[in-house]
Amino acid sequence: MTKKDLGLLVLIIIVGAVVTFANPRFLSPVNLANTANVIGMFGISALGQAFVILTGGIELSVGSVIALTGVLFVDFIANQNVPWPIALVLMLVLGAVIGLFHGLLITRLKMQPFIVTLCGLLFYRGIARFYTGDSTAGFGFGQSFPDLEYLAAGRLFQSKDFVGIPNTFIAMVVVAIVVWIVMHRSIFGRYLYAVGKNEEAARYSGIKTTLVIISAYIICQVLTALSSVYFAMYTRSIAPSAHGNFYELYAIAAAVLGGFSLRGGEGSVVGAILGVVLLQELQNLVNMMAIPSSLNYAIMGGVILLGVLVDQQFDAYRTRRRIAEAARQPAQVAGQAPAE
Amino acid sequence: MTDTAAALASTPAGPFLALSGVRKVYPGVVALQGFSMTVSPGEVIGLVGENGAGKSTMMKILGGVVAPEAGTITIDGVEETSLSVSDSFRAGIAFVHQELNLFDNLDVAANIFIGREPRIGGPLRLVDTARQRRMAEPYLKRLGANFSPATPVSALSLAQRQLVEIAKALSMNARLIILDEPTSSLPLSETAKLLEVIAGLKAEGIAVIFISHRLNEIEEAADRVIVLRDGRLAGTLEKGEITHDRMVKLMIGRDLKVQNSTQAVSGGDVILEVNDIRTATYAHQPVSFSVRAGEILGVAGLVGSGRTEVARAIFGIDPIYGGSFSLADKPYAPRSSADAVSRGVFLVPEDRKGAGLLLDLPISENITLPNLGEHSAQLLVLRRKEAETAETQRRNLAIKTPQISTKAANLSGGNQQKVVLGKWLAMEPKLMIFDEPTRGIDVGSKAEIYRLMRNLADSGVAIMMISSDMEEVIGVSDRIAVMHEGRVSGELARNQFSEENILLLAIGKQLAGGNMQ
Repeated sequence: MTKKDLGLLVLIIIVGAVVTFANPRFLSPVNLANTANVIGMFGISALGQAFVILTGGIELSVGSVIALTGVLFVDFIANQNVPWPIALVLMLVLGAVIGLFHGLLITRLKMQPFIVTLCGLLFYRGIARFYTGDSTAGFGFGQSFPDLEYLAAGRLFQSKDFVGIPNTFIAMVVVAIVVWIVMHRSIFGRYLYAVGKNEEAARYSGIKTTLVIISAYIICQVLTALSSVYFAMYTRSIAPSAHGNFYELYAIAAAVLGGFSLRGGEGSVVGAILGVVLLQELQNLVNMMAIPSSLNYAIMGGVILLGVLVDQQFDAYRTRRRIAEAARQPAQVAGQAPAE
Repeated sequence: MTDTAAALASTPAGPFLALSGVRKVYPGVVALQGFSMTVSPGEVIGLVGENGAGKSTMMKILGGVVAPEAGTITIDGVEETSLSVSDSFRAGIAFVHQELNLFDNLDVAANIFIGREPRIGGPLRLVDTARQRRMAEPYLKRLGANFSPATPVSALSLAQRQLVEIAKALSMNARLIILDEPTSSLPLSETAKLLEVIAGLKAEGIAVIFISHRLNEIEEAADRVIVLRDGRLAGTLEKGEITHDRMVKLMIGRDLKVQNSTQAVSGGDVILEVNDIRTATYAHQPVSFSVRAGEILGVAGLVGSGRTEVARAIFGIDPIYGGSFSLADKPYAPRSSADAVSRGVFLVPEDRKGAGLLLDLPISENITLPNLGEHSAQLLVLRRKEAETAETQRRNLAIKTPQISTKAANLSGGNQQKVVLGKWLAMEPKLMIFDEPTRGIDVGSKAEIYRLMRNLADSGVAIMMISSDMEEVIGVSDRIAVMHEGRVSGELARNQFSEENILLLAIGKQLAGGNMQ
């Protein structure tokens, strides 16, 4: 855990303490379980976004893809009688295809990620609405998919005495562990950071930078498609014009709060998860402290701004202090740069 | 030329600007020393010298960008120890740089008056575009420009853009216009026109300093030629004395370096064969040469002669537009740098900080980056193995650092370059390309890098070294290919090595005794 992550954790605990003080129900098992459930879903999508941001790109179409794959998934299993495991695989494949498409436009045709994915944001939303004729996709009366519902909306270890751990949260933890290994321990992770820090230098080291970038967009959309299935089973009815609105921004905000730089090459998995936790804690805070829910976005925006501001000022302060300290030292032997 | 201040006071038509005893030192390099010159109204001064002779330092001092450590600058009889940017501006010194500083998206008039636009509309302070264009008209006319002030700069040719820069200088009442390599990227017909413009400026009493590698143009245009060598004034030639040969002699001047004569390597098998390849920059010029195992091929030439482009093509970064490569007698068509690396072709780039290294990453991760496959198991990086490799390279290359976990950014230039080398030496090079390997590196590290290159060659690696440093090219190479405007203008064997021969080929001349193409 880096100092940044630690700072974020402290912030989460402080906000938690304040909310608990105002409303002790914040720490009630039911509330914690519900919050963990949404953390799980948003966490998976944020981890996807993290890959793209790491390369210095951005993926704005996430919310619309969640709506599109969401309505397709529900329609496939509720109306087309596609077995749900097959529908799930189809959605993941669709995500991969969308990611590949974005990656190719960005690397081969040198389009800017913002523009490609902004167009995606509009395009997939439009297709989702057209597909259902702008009506809500949902399940018929009495339709049920016990296995799927348990995996997507159930809880592990649920009993009379224990509310259980939401399976979405467990899924996120599993995904996070895999992503952590990929980002922080694998060759591909090294390439991701190298490309994000300095694409030119990465290319001059013989790395296939376009392949790395395309892979990042594919992984992002596959994780987005996975989260979309959880979101679909959570809401159970999907209004294609509103479902998933702003979710890309939550994902970006979480990553940025967690120390990812939009310039690329910086950030950690732990940070991104903590960012998601803080965002959902704030959402929960609005409910718990009986703040008008219309203020919801204002509070989120304010806290994110404050968080990033404090973090950067703190960094600048530390740099200044280090320089001041070095300036007091006697001259060093030439060629020996000071260690960090 | 020392009593310049007195000269300024006495003769009104004499020099209005004088440098005297100017000295500027950068860490490890004396950029300019004991340099003196004068500039009189209506005088065209040619300034010549090799790369690194001190021309750009002199320009920076006149522009007020750097302050000299010693010496004086006298303008209109007022003696200063250094100029500020605004002093230089007020004195009427204007620059037309090789890389033009124009806004493509604005029209000609807007570029001329940028930051000084005529205003209209009272408190709204809108730009009076019509008046601005009327104001620009006379300056363009004086220069014989054939385009209107309303033309967008993006629609102008390079030569026309230079006129815009000169018009801008005129509009600021320039008395001295310094043209840095104005003709290096102009076709011949445009060059003739530019020389006419210079003659016109001269007739109006405006002084011109004309920096160029093209000695013919200098010969034609200059009233006086100042030759710089190693930061010193190598000599001044007055109108009647300006000849091509005398300039070249002064540029080279010093006794030729005795080569550090290891046995001239005849070389082993041909490793890389470049057959008539064409790069995007010089699509009309095919390039051919070959590099043998065990030899160091020096690639000399002026900055911008297409050397780096060829290196990038060999390394698979840039596509080629014709021709072919072969590597160790097998066809070699790299589609990416990854292809090149997998065939043992490595490049140490010119831009160490931007392309050679990831400055924010530790030394160890920089070293293993191209070869992570060897430092992994099941796609996961083996950090212990990585540390071992990095440690080995640190020892072998004597990289001065407390730990291999130190960020590359915190190393000195020489040590950074060693990290770039370590990256490739940890693998098995077949062909190593060095692009300006010792630029900005202290003398001690330079010697170490030369030794490393020689050891590599001795172990059978083919080495191609691009360098603009004459001493380096002559001292290190076994054979030299000289490039001029996108083609190899000649090759020199050991017994033909001389600064004069390199310079002749670099400016597109033939060698006296005929050369092998």
